[in-house]
Amino acid sequence: MDDTLQSAVSAMQQRFGAQVEEAFGEVTLVIPPQHNLDAVQALRDEFQFNVLSDLTAVDYWPQDQPRFHLLGMLYSMSSSQYLHLRFPLDGSAPHLPTLEGIFPNANWYERELWDLFGIRFDGHSDMRRILMPYDWEGHPLRKDYPLGYEEPQFTFNFDEISLRKPKGQK
Amino acid sequence: MTEFRQVTVDELRHLVSERALKGETMLLNMGPQHPSTHGVLRLLLELDGEIVVNCIPDIGFLHTGIEKNMEAKTYQKAEVMTDRLDYLNPIGNNLVFCLALERLLVLDVPPRAQAIRVILTELTRIASHLIWVGTSALDLAAMSVFLYAMREREMVLDIFEMCSGQRMMTTFLRPGGLWRDVPVEFENAVQHFLDIILARIDDYESLLTTNPLFRDRTRGIGVINVEDCLRWGITGPVIRAAGMPFDLRKAHPYSGYEQYQFEIPTQTTGDIYGRYLVRMEEMRQSVRIVQQALDHLPYGPVRSNDRKVVPPPRSEIGTSMEALIHHFKLYTEGFAVPKGHVYATIESPRGELGCYMESDGGPKPYRVHMRTPSFANLQIMPLLTRGHYVADVVGIIGSVDIVLGDTDR
Repeated sequence: MDDTLQSAVSAMQQRFGAQVEEAFGEVTLVIPPQHNLDAVQALRDEFQFNVLSDLTAVDYWPQDQPRFHLLGMLYSMSSSQYLHLRFPLDGSAPHLPTLEGIFPNANWYERELWDLFGIRFDGHSDMRRILMPYDWEGHPLRKDYPLGYEEPQFTFNFDEISLRKPKGQK
Repeated sequence: MTEFRQVTVDELRHLVSERALKGETMLLNMGPQHPSTHGVLRLLLELDGEIVVNCIPDIGFLHTGIEKNMEAKTYQKAEVMTDRLDYLNPIGNNLVFCLALERLLVLDVPPRAQAIRVILTELTRIASHLIWVGTSALDLAAMSVFLYAMREREMVLDIFEMCSGQRMMTTFLRPGGLWRDVPVEFENAVQHFLDIILARIDDYESLLTTNPLFRDRTRGIGVINVEDCLRWGITGPVIRAAGMPFDLRKAHPYSGYEQYQFEIPTQTTGDIYGRYLVRMEEMRQSVRIVQQALDHLPYGPVRSNDRKVVPPPRSEIGTSMEALIHHFKLYTEGFAVPKGHVYATIESPRGELGCYMESDGGPKPYRVHMRTPSFANLQIMPLLTRGHYVADVVGIIGSVDIVLGDTDR
């Protein structure tokens, strides 16, 4: 860890009680989700992590506390390094404030997270599905969402099979 | 049949201006079957006469659930799916997947494999940029470039076919190295391609760079500056055309890119013309890299010797019981990857291509996420198109260089 990264990490530890993980040459901060706005704002303004490279999530179902980890990859153009953030989220219907005000490109990433994981972002300007059809039900990247092995539906038996499908019911 | 809910304009009410609701401006669908959207991209344009007031991209028509599918497949099988993400940069997708996996496994890659990886990814970059220059010039009604560019791209695809048997979906790069060594004709074929491509790039430039019609359609259109690029997480030729020399091959070298001499082309205009010049120069730099890698192509193995991950050669299976067991285990249950998570990035022809991979210790990835440059770069469409003519929208889409397989995953 070099000096700029070290100072950012120790500031996050002191202010927000972040935990540090170092593996494979990557530094990951586990930050409580209630501090997500303050932490990202501080990292951008004080420590020059000025690019939100990616925002995604991992589902740890059937574990419930935390069920999801929201991941953010921040990049600093001035010191050429990544800083990975993880926000643990409890329960099946988590929600947290949007990062859109800090990084405008969080807009689509958060829509994708809502679409595929069912994580809600409060204050988001456009919380619609992005990849799946408008009328889709369920959030496909959750671990309790089935992948395949379902009966194929045809027009003559569509309704009959829909009743047996866990996600097909209206 | 199940009733499908109709989407009304009410759901888009928050995205369009008050004038659209009063009927002063017009909402017009462009796509998803429009040839100039480079795939199945739908743009909802709000128009005031011919001027774009707002542009709302609608993606997801090519969503194939690759990230979900990968979770149900072993790592070897999941790699095959990466080809289908950005179908103009299949080798780059393989590379980022392999880099992430190799870091999790702490797997060595022999120098010959590294050099061939660099040659193939740079050839892919040239092929991708050739498609780009052809199609985006075609959108601006310059038809001849397309035909010439496809002719040269065919030579690259022939090289891929010679190596892997496949023209596009090669899956030639494997964890620990390559599928197999390149054939003996490979070096001559690449050299032949390098000998002619530089003159051909000059030919394309002579058709476009000083062409007054092309310049009128591209200069000062779709302008973005460095600050906006950083705020919106834009990478690749778009940020380089705005004036920021950011290239992951220099910033975080992988696969031995630090050994090669090359420059990062930049422009300061940030418009379509600037992005065009950057990509043309990038092709020349790629030729430089391939030439250096080809001149110093090391000899030796092309796969790691770690038999727990890399299948044994065919010759050993006949004589060694251990090799046979490894072969059987690798092709039935796959290899276990230690618990952990990594995020690997490479510079794809479109920008930063990242692969987040998390393993729970089993033979299947717990989660794979691809950070795709097209998804990130497409977000700035409203920013780029506002205030321009509808006719310029096609030029702007072309200049951002999106691949919808990459956007929708």
